[in-house]
Amino acid sequence: MAKISKSINIKGEVCPFTFVRSKLAIEKIKSGEVLGIILNHEPAVENIPRSMDNEGHEVLEVKKINNSDWKILIKKR
Amino acid sequence: MAEDLGFNDEQIRRYARHIILPEIGGKGQKKLQKAKVLLVGAGGLGSPVAFYLAAAGIGTIGIIDMDKVDVSNLQRQILHSHKNIGKLKVESAKETLKGINPDIKVNTYAEQLTSKNVKKIIKDYDIVVDGCDNFATRYLVNDACYFDKKPNVYGSVFRFEGRATIFVPDKGPCYRCLHPFPPPPGEVPSCQEAGVLGVLPGVIGLIQATETIKYIVGIGKSLVGRLILYDALDLSFKEVKLNKDPNCPLCGKNPKIKDLINYEHFCSGI
Repeated sequence: MAKISKSINIKGEVCPFTFVRSKLAIEKIKSGEVLGIILNHEPAVENIPRSMDNEGHEVLEVKKINNSDWKILIKKR
Repeated sequence: MAEDLGFNDEQIRRYARHIILPEIGGKGQKKLQKAKVLLVGAGGLGSPVAFYLAAAGIGTIGIIDMDKVDVSNLQRQILHSHKNIGKLKVESAKETLKGINPDIKVNTYAEQLTSKNVKKIIKDYDIVVDGCDNFATRYLVNDACYFDKKPNVYGSVFRFEGRATIFVPDKGPCYRCLHPFPPPPGEVPSCQEAGVLGVLPGVIGLIQATETIKYIVGIGKSLVGRLILYDALDLSFKEVKLNKDPNCPLCGKNPKIKDLINYEHFCSGI
């Protein structure tokens, strides 16, 4: 299990602000550290990993954790 | 939701399209928020520059202009509305800019920029955007920016043609490398006499605004040493290389100008 340096809960947020908030959060951590994102906006489950990948970060995990929520883990480049 | 990188919820939404850009991000947006930009002139060039810098979230915008809004300005000076005819341009500008983005600070100076007040005014700013319409102010802005080591984002318009570049002290040429001295009075007709296509300062002002934002964020290839020439009738852009003149009276090896001079006198050809 990757050690999470910072977690954000962006349930209720929609695209593109899901990515904007995730990006602001990843700017705060150091290279090699991991950001955990909890969200419930389904399109963002695809969009956030794709956008993070475009910016060179590593997508470690995308997982449905209950009926409505997902967890995404991103390792900062 | 909690603040991220010091942005509140509204700012996150307002600046989302900037933050998404890999070249800007939250850090770049913060730089814009901390930046202080002085606009010389709230006219044809100053209008589009001010609009977009305010929208971009430049934290502090200073505007200096002594004029009042006249109906003949409204063909191109889009900061001002018909209802503001007769009002100071700086007040009209502030009203418009605060309407777009109440987040920013707008400082107004309803006075003429002169050798006496220029140092005091520009010292509070990181970058100066020259949107003036006369040679005396243009040389004053150039010299004052050089002495104070402030970048000077230059633009000018004439009939259907415009020019833009950025003069960064010690990084490239200054305006005097290009034109050491003003043309004899009467040789070049003013905008008032020559006319200007209303949309032209829009194009040139937005090049100035673009350079200003790039400079602040520190991205892209700047216009240092490059002069952009735009011809609206041809709809063509040309680029001319600008070299630093070793004999420049201001920034050359043996400068003759070591302090601000009387620019009205200098440009009147007496």
